[in-house]
Amino acid sequence: MSVGDAVISVKDMTMAYGRRVIQRDLTFEVQRGDIFVIMGGSGCGKSSLLKHLLGLLSPASGDIYYGEQSFTRASTLERDRLRQRWGITYQSGGLISAMTLAQNVALPLEQYSDFDARTIRDIVALKLALVGLDGYQTYMPSEISGGMRKRAALARAIALDPDILFFDEPSAGLDPISSRRLDDLILQIKESTGATVVMVTHELPSIFAIANNSIYLDAGTQRLIDRGNPAWLREHSENAVVRQFLNRAGDAHE
Amino acid sequence: MTADTPQAVLQAPQQSLVLSGDWRAATVPDLARAIAPYPSSQPLTVDLNGVSAWDSRLTAQLLGLERRIAPATLDLIGAEDDQRKLLELARSVPLHVPPQQTRRAVLNLDGLRASLAQLGDGLLDSLAFLGAVLTASAKSLAGRGGMRQRELMSACYLAGPNALGIITLTSVLVGMILAYLGAAQLQQFGAAIYVADLVAVGMLREMGALMTAVVMAGRTGAAYAAQLSTMQGNEEIDAIRTLGINPMEFLVVPRVLALVAMMPLLVIFADALGIFGGAIVAGGMGVTPLQYMSQLNSAVSTDHFVIGLIKAFVFAVLIATAGCRAGMNAGRNSAAVGRATTDAVVTSVIYLIVADAAINILCQQLGY
Ligand SMILES: Nc1ncnc2c1ncn2[C@@H]1O[C@H](COP(=O)(O)OP(=O)(O)OP(=O)(O)O)[C@@H](O)[C@H]1O
Ligand SMILES: [Mg+2]
Repeated sequence: MSVGDAVISVKDMTMAYGRRVIQRDLTFEVQRGDIFVIMGGSGCGKSSLLKHLLGLLSPASGDIYYGEQSFTRASTLERDRLRQRWGITYQSGGLISAMTLAQNVALPLEQYSDFDARTIRDIVALKLALVGLDGYQTYMPSEISGGMRKRAALARAIALDPDILFFDEPSAGLDPISSRRLDDLILQIKESTGATVVMVTHELPSIFAIANNSIYLDAGTQRLIDRGNPAWLREHSENAVVRQFLNRAGDAHE
Repeated sequence: MTADTPQAVLQAPQQSLVLSGDWRAATVPDLARAIAPYPSSQPLTVDLNGVSAWDSRLTAQLLGLERRIAPATLDLIGAEDDQRKLLELARSVPLHVPPQQTRRAVLNLDGLRASLAQLGDGLLDSLAFLGAVLTASAKSLAGRGGMRQRELMSACYLAGPNALGIITLTSVLVGMILAYLGAAQLQQFGAAIYVADLVAVGMLREMGALMTAVVMAGRTGAAYAAQLSTMQGNEEIDAIRTLGINPMEFLVVPRVLALVAMMPLLVIFADALGIFGGAIVAGGMGVTPLQYMSQLNSAVSTDHFVIGLIKAFVFAVLIATAGCRAGMNAGRNSAAVGRATTDAVVTSVIYLIVADAAINILCQQLGY
C-alpha cells in the first residue's frame, strides 16, 4: 500500500455524540479509484462516519487526512476548496426543498464554475438524464417519489464531475432495476472520470458488483472489525458477524 | 373460579412459578408481583405446563422477569416452541443501556441555578447568533455573500403582503379597543374629542409596533423556525454546507433582511388602520370624521411616528433572529420541529416585551 496514493486516511479517529462514543480508534485508508464501502448493522455509525469525513462533525480524537492535508485542522477556506471536488448524497436526500430539481442540480455549478446559463442548463439536463429524470426539471422535491429524490440527489452530486463521491445509502428504497442502473452509473462515472467512491450501503448485490474495498463497523464493540474486498471477506473473514452480514445469514435461519 | 382463570402460584421451596389457565383473559396476574416476596437475582423456574393459551403479554412478562433477575437465569418448563422462539428472538440482541445522563437536579436550589444558567446560556447564544447574522448580512449587502435574490424576494413576499390580512384585522380592533378604553373616561369630562389623541399616540408609539410584532412572531418567526428545523432533519443544511455555501448567508440573512424590510411598512399600515378603527368608535360618540382628523393633526408629532418605526426595526431583528436561531439549532427529528417553533415564539415574545420596555424607558429619559 503506497502511502502517496491514499486519497483519504483516517487515523485513530474516535467518534462521539457528547459523551456517547459511537466508534473508537478507526484507522483506514481509501485509495485513489477505490469503490469503498462502509458496512455495518443499523445504528453502528456509518452515517456518522460519513459526516466526519465530510467535516460536518468533528472527531472526538484522531485525525482525517485528504492526501497529505489534515482535514480536521484545516480552515473553512481550505475545507471549501477540498469540497469543490466532492459530490455528496445524504441518507435523506438533502435536496433543497425550496428549489426545483433543475435549481438543485445547478447549485454546485453556479457555486463553483463560471459556466454561462446555457451551459448550466445543458449540464443539468444531461445529469438528470443520466439518472433517468430528464424532463423533471421544474418539479419540486416534494412532488416526486422518495426513490426519485435519491436519484435527483445523485444528479446533483455528479454535476461537477467530482474527484470523490460520497453516497449514504444511494440505492435504499429503489426498485431492483433502478438499483442496478445506479450501480452501472456509479461504475461508469468511476471509469470515465477516475473518481473515488465512498459509500454506505446494505445492498449486497451492489456491494459485490462494484466495491473493491470495504470496512465493517461493529456496533457492539464500537470498533472496525474487518476490512478488505467484500467478495473475499464473504468467504474468508475471520469474523462470523462479517461473514453472516455478507451471506445475508443470521443464526436464526440456520 | 373456573379452571381457565389465569393463575400464577409461587412455590417457595423450589423457587418455581407455576402458571396455569387461559392467559388471553382480559386481566392476567402480574408476575413481578408474584415473585416480589423472594430475593431477586435468584435463578427462577417458570412452569408453563398448565397454560392453555397465551398472547404477547405473557411473553412480555417473561422477558421482563428475565431482565429483572439477571444475571440469574430464567428456566422455562413446558413452554411451547413458539413461546420459546419468540423469547429467544427478543433476547438475541442484548439490552441497550444508555450512558448515565447528567441527572436533572432534584434539589430546588440546584434547579433554579440550572434554569438561570440556561437562561444565561440562551442569552449569550442569542447574542453570538445575532453577531453572526450581522456580519453575514453586511457581507450580503456588500454583494459578496451567498444570498440569492430569489430567496430574498420570496421571503419578503411571505413576510409582507401575505401578512396584510391578519394585520388589518388586529390593528383595526386594537384601534377600537384603545378608543373604548379612553372614551369611558373622557366622556365624563365632555372631552370625547381627545379620543383621537389617545388612539393616535397609542398606536404610533406603542400598539402599532407591538401588536404587529406579536403577530409576526407567531406567524413569521414560528415559520422560520419550522422551515429551518425541517431542513435540518432533511440534511438540507448539511448539503448546503458541503456545497461550500454558508447556511447563514443562504438561509438566515434573506429571512432576517426580509422581515427587517417589511416590518416598518407593516407598522405604518397598522398605524393607519388603528387610527381608522379609533375613528369608528369616536364616530359613535358623536365626533365627526372632520373633527377627528383635525384633532389628529394637532396631536400627532413626528417623534411618535419615528419611535414606532425604530421599535419596528428592533422588533423585526429580534423576531427574525430568534426564529432562525431556534431553527438552526434544532435537532433532527419531527419532535424537534415542534420544540423549535415553541422556542421561537416564546423567546421572541419575551425579547419583544423587554426591548419595548427598554426603548420606552430610554425615550422617557431622553425626553421624547
Ligand atoms: N445527532 C445525533 N445526536 C446524538 N446521537 C446521534 C445523532 N445522530 C446519530 N446518533 C446516534 O449515533 C448512532 C449511529 O448513528 P448513524 O446514523 O451514524 O447510524 P447508521 O450506521 O448510519 O445507521 P443506519 O444504517 O440506520 O442509517 C446511533 O446509535 C444514533 O442513535
Ligand atoms: Mg445511516
